[in-house]
Amino acid sequence: MKLLPPRSPIKGSQEMLLIPCPYCGNRPEIEFAYGGEAHVVRAAAPRTVDDTAWTEFLYFRKNPRGDHAERWRHAYGCGRFFNVKRNTYTDQIEASYRIGETLP
Amino acid sequence: MDNLVQTKPMPRLFPLSGKAIDRRCTPVNGGARFSLRLPAASISTASAALGVELAVPVNRASAANGRTALRLGPDEWLLLLSEAEAVPVAAVLEARLTDGRYSLADISHRQTGVVLEGTAVTDILNGGCPLDFDLAAFPVGMATRTIFCKAEAVLWRQSEGRFHLEVWRSFAPYVWNLLAIVSREYAV
Amino acid sequence: MTQPYRLSTGGRIDRSRTLTFSFDGKHYTGHPGDTLASALLANGVHLVGRSFKYHRPRGILTAGGEEPNALVGVGRDDAHFTPNLRATQVELYDGLTSESQNRSPSLMRDYGAVNDVFWRFFPAGFYYKTFMWPRKAWTKFFEPRIREMAGLGRSPKTADAARYAQRFAHCDVLVVGAGPAGLAAALAAAKTGARVILCDEQSEPGGSLLAEPEAMIDGLAAAEWLKAALVQLAAYPQVKILPRTIAFGYFPHNMIGLAQSLTDHDGEWDDSKPRGRLWQVRAKQVVIAAGAIERPLVFPDNDRPGIMLAEAARIYLERYGVLPGRRALVFTANDVAYRTALALHRAGCAIAGIVDLRPDAGGPLVTAAQKAGLPVFPASTIAGTDGRLRVTGATIKPIAGGSGQHVSCDVLLMSGGFTPSVHLFSQSRGKLVFDSTLDAFLPGAPAEACSVAGSAAGLQSLKEVLDSGAAAGGGAASYQVANAPLAQGGFIGAVPYHGDPGSVRAFLDYQNDVTAKDVVLALREGMRSVEHVKRFTTNGMATDQGKLSNMNALGIMAPVLNKPVPAIGTTTFRMPYTPVPFGYFGGYARGELFEPERRTAIHSWAAAQGAVFEDVSLWKRARYFPRGTEDMRQAVARECRAVRNGVGIFDASTLGKIEVVGPDAAEFLNRMYINAWTKLQPGKLRYGILLREDGFVIDDGVIGRISDTRFHVTTTTGGAARVLTMMEDYLQTEFPELDVWLTSTTEQYAVIAVQGPMAREVVQPLVEGADISAEAMPHMSMVECRIAGVPARLFRVSFTGELGFEINVPADYGRAVWEDLMESGRPYGITPYGTETMHVLRAEKGYIIVGQETDGTVTPDDVGYAGMIGKAKPDFVGKRALARAAFAAQTNRKQLVGLLTDDPAHVLEEGAHIVADPAQPKPMTMLGHVTSSYWSDALGRSIALALLRDGRARTGEQLYVPLENGNARVTVVSSVFYDPEGVRLNG
Repeated sequence: MKLLPPRSPIKGSQEMLLIPCPYCGNRPEIEFAYGGEAHVVRAAAPRTVDDTAWTEFLYFRKNPRGDHAERWRHAYGCGRFFNVKRNTYTDQIEASYRIGETLP
Repeated sequence: MDNLVQTKPMPRLFPLSGKAIDRRCTPVNGGARFSLRLPAASISTASAALGVELAVPVNRASAANGRTALRLGPDEWLLLLSEAEAVPVAAVLEARLTDGRYSLADISHRQTGVVLEGTAVTDILNGGCPLDFDLAAFPVGMATRTIFCKAEAVLWRQSEGRFHLEVWRSFAPYVWNLLAIVSREYAV
Repeated sequence: MTQPYRLSTGGRIDRSRTLTFSFDGKHYTGHPGDTLASALLANGVHLVGRSFKYHRPRGILTAGGEEPNALVGVGRDDAHFTPNLRATQVELYDGLTSESQNRSPSLMRDYGAVNDVFWRFFPAGFYYKTFMWPRKAWTKFFEPRIREMAGLGRSPKTADAARYAQRFAHCDVLVVGAGPAGLAAALAAAKTGARVILCDEQSEPGGSLLAEPEAMIDGLAAAEWLKAALVQLAAYPQVKILPRTIAFGYFPHNMIGLAQSLTDHDGEWDDSKPRGRLWQVRAKQVVIAAGAIERPLVFPDNDRPGIMLAEAARIYLERYGVLPGRRALVFTANDVAYRTALALHRAGCAIAGIVDLRPDAGGPLVTAAQKAGLPVFPASTIAGTDGRLRVTGATIKPIAGGSGQHVSCDVLLMSGGFTPSVHLFSQSRGKLVFDSTLDAFLPGAPAEACSVAGSAAGLQSLKEVLDSGAAAGGGAASYQVANAPLAQGGFIGAVPYHGDPGSVRAFLDYQNDVTAKDVVLALREGMRSVEHVKRFTTNGMATDQGKLSNMNALGIMAPVLNKPVPAIGTTTFRMPYTPVPFGYFGGYARGELFEPERRTAIHSWAAAQGAVFEDVSLWKRARYFPRGTEDMRQAVARECRAVRNGVGIFDASTLGKIEVVGPDAAEFLNRMYINAWTKLQPGKLRYGILLREDGFVIDDGVIGRISDTRFHVTTTTGGAARVLTMMEDYLQTEFPELDVWLTSTTEQYAVIAVQGPMAREVVQPLVEGADISAEAMPHMSMVECRIAGVPARLFRVSFTGELGFEINVPADYGRAVWEDLMESGRPYGITPYGTETMHVLRAEKGYIIVGQETDGTVTPDDVGYAGMIGKAKPDFVGKRALARAAFAAQTNRKQLVGLLTDDPAHVLEEGAHIVADPAQPKPMTMLGHVTSSYWSDALGRSIALALLRDGRARTGEQLYVPLENGNARVTVVSSVFYDPEGVRLNG
């Protein structure tokens, strides 16, 4: 999950979504950076994980059409990472919740 | 004490000097700035040490005794102090937060600020900042990190028509030039 | 006589002022309040363009944004010129200069019209089937010719001189369209205290009310009601009315893009004022009151100048006081065309006839027309028209068959009914529902917080329109309306005409020259989906996106496919609703404000010294400091010599810096960097390597331990933001239990590197509070002290291989400290050097640059840094990936090596590939590539670094670098070219 190249700090103003930051409330997408799929857990002891599982962790993601739990960072705001449940087809956001909380 | 700037005779240079845009835009000269980071457990001790209530909601300013704390995130405050207070404030935090569970970083020279004031100030800000400046959405006393065109910024609403805007020093010429261009559309 | 078709009274124009304008070099007059189209019509000009493909003469068809024919270029000069503007939306000002498009040499005599003579050879799909071969002919011959013949306006060659503005805005209710529905919505919403933005594409709000002389609303004439409504709205401080503003796009979460034209109508060409403003409006609720668009009828030769939409003709009459012609023939399937006929008749225009496709047209307007003695032809059609540059007559035939009757006319006004403007609603992903009584797609279930009011929702009576607006705005008003017409009736498809289908053309899409027959051909060729038919015929693909043609295309397809229209579906509506100049999207981001240009605190000094700068991410960095007539190579050689033999000074302020603070700071760095940090003592420095989780190097930098709980981390210039984000990511999501916090201090410090054998002599006199002797302060140590009176973090560190210091001082003091060091260094010939010299010096030492020696697929071992890995650490980012069997199985990874060319003067091209045998057949087996290559003054020859397969084992081998001008032979050597023992570093 840390493989995504973070977005350049310089962006245009083309982002459209209104994202509910769990700390700051609704903010425009332009303040956020996308962080890829959520709940991809890095094992506490990576040594104990076999190659297949580690490769899965490194490279395999769901990419669904529909509901998707994904990470965002309020980069130009409180700076916090958090999770969002977004429908990738309709773009409607159903929930946002803090790191460590489970998908509602 | 670490990296703190002590009182010194040299004048500070500001990227802003002599570059006021119009009457509505004046540079904030001098002053010390710190980024203060605290876990929840340290907030009340730090508040007492500073004499400023830090347990305000995220995105709110809190001021007392000439010291201002802008709560930019759940564990982050931007402290705005006079230069003379830089050393004593650092010392008192070190003395009171004995478990060392905090971070104080001097960013006095990292950023610079202007105060924007006037009736069209929210129109001008909305030329580059995507936030809603309706008083219900962005009340007096709100302070937040945000974006102005392609630069990160911190905005603090001091009154209905008065904002304090902070940007990193190398972004300042870009932001001031943009403010100058946008403000021409809303001439006084 | 000027403006022969202008009536002496009526309309919303100001006859007290006369404006002069030109079209294709000819001068005309008009009045304030005119559009270019209405002014041309007042002068009797219908012919305004040539069609896209057949170059057929075309006239003004509509009175609004849906105009497909009257596309013009308007401007003062090439830097102030916009092509493809709709003449129906261009407001007239004094001195306006305009030109027609797609004709050569003139509108009257256009050589391209030869295409029209041979039209049978250019059916739909013609391009796909012809021009297939020979292959080269496409780019060399066919394409340039087609582009010359077909097309829209000319692009200006000069940069746009206009400025553009941007604006973010928020509101409770955004109302799109300021016609009766939009006004009613805005009024209702304003009454609730809501923040309202009301936008409209026209120069003044009012919509259909601007051409409404009869209807009464709440006891007031429509125009009076409009005036009162605007006064009422203006009294609300939280209501913003934006005229000349197109809602061009509906984006997720109720973000609407608006393009507001600010100066196009004033003719002042004042470049200090923005020409237009792009609004990004976030609305809690959107009310789409975009109205409806009248449909043309598809009949043979329905595209001659003088043929226009009936409602458009009435608008020209009522709003602009212009008679579109002297003798009008009306062709309709809708009642409102009767209203046009009646109005024209009253204004003195002869009515040659009203041809109605319907057998049983009735209602008050029909009765009124009959009472006025206008000849009505029910259940009839038009089988053809004549006239070359202007329609001169048409043939009327009964639908049932029988002989036709030819009537003469100078305008032919048609109405196939109205298509609701569902574009924005559809863009918002709202579902469209087909209404078979209206033959129209109507808004169904919304996907966003939006509602559709008025004729955009398919409503036909003014009362319904107003009431729906009020309801959409959150009110419950019930409007009293009298004398309003009802726009009943309509037709989609191609009308019957009883002729040889092979010999006629009935135009469907005027802008792309698509005929009814083309659609039938597409179906015959096997296209079934409406999307395929669209692409095969290009119907609906012009800049008007089929506003006039989409429904008629479906009406043609339905009987051929034997499917109802809703089963065929409709094509996707895309933004922009009408074209928006690119400048609007650029906004403020142009020239020096395209993006921030970051400068260090020492930049002004370097600039004054004549430094040449280069861009490194957003920073400007001094690349070299030429003296006199020196070129870069000479300057760099001199700077290198100064550092190797005396002392140099370098601005390293752009290095990323992160303050890592907290009880767990060392543990955090242990988990992030490959190196071990626990045992690093305060006051010491260590070079750190950062990997991504996949095991590849992503950043590096020197890290200083200030105290037990505080580290000063440096990153590459370009990696500063990326590394901080990555660290925050791990800290917040993987290691939240650690008590450590990160602060970017990149801009807090100016960083001055003083490097060379004389460095200590230069720095020493300025230091207070520290002993910087070799014994007290060895290589890779640091101390907090004062330098030149300023509190500083002084690092003894070297990226040159020489004795060196890096001085971190608060940025405001950076230039002052730099100047003091220059003064202190004067006796030693201190020489400022730039990034180019820095690169050469580090390459001589084999120090890597992340992003140059690494490319995201390089491990620590690949660059010879495996020894830095903290062996005892159970985990760090990337460790597990490096342990994967896939890595272990690779025996021929690319490794960092040095290369020396046979010819010492030959400086290799960076990026050049390396092969073992240059004579092998292509494609050759590449062994690696050159990553860095310079002239080394210290070695008196060229040097290069490379990533080479199994490189370290190849030391001493001779390989080849194939280049354009021959093969260069190289010898593989160690990557450290200079002072391999590192003696100088510890001086």
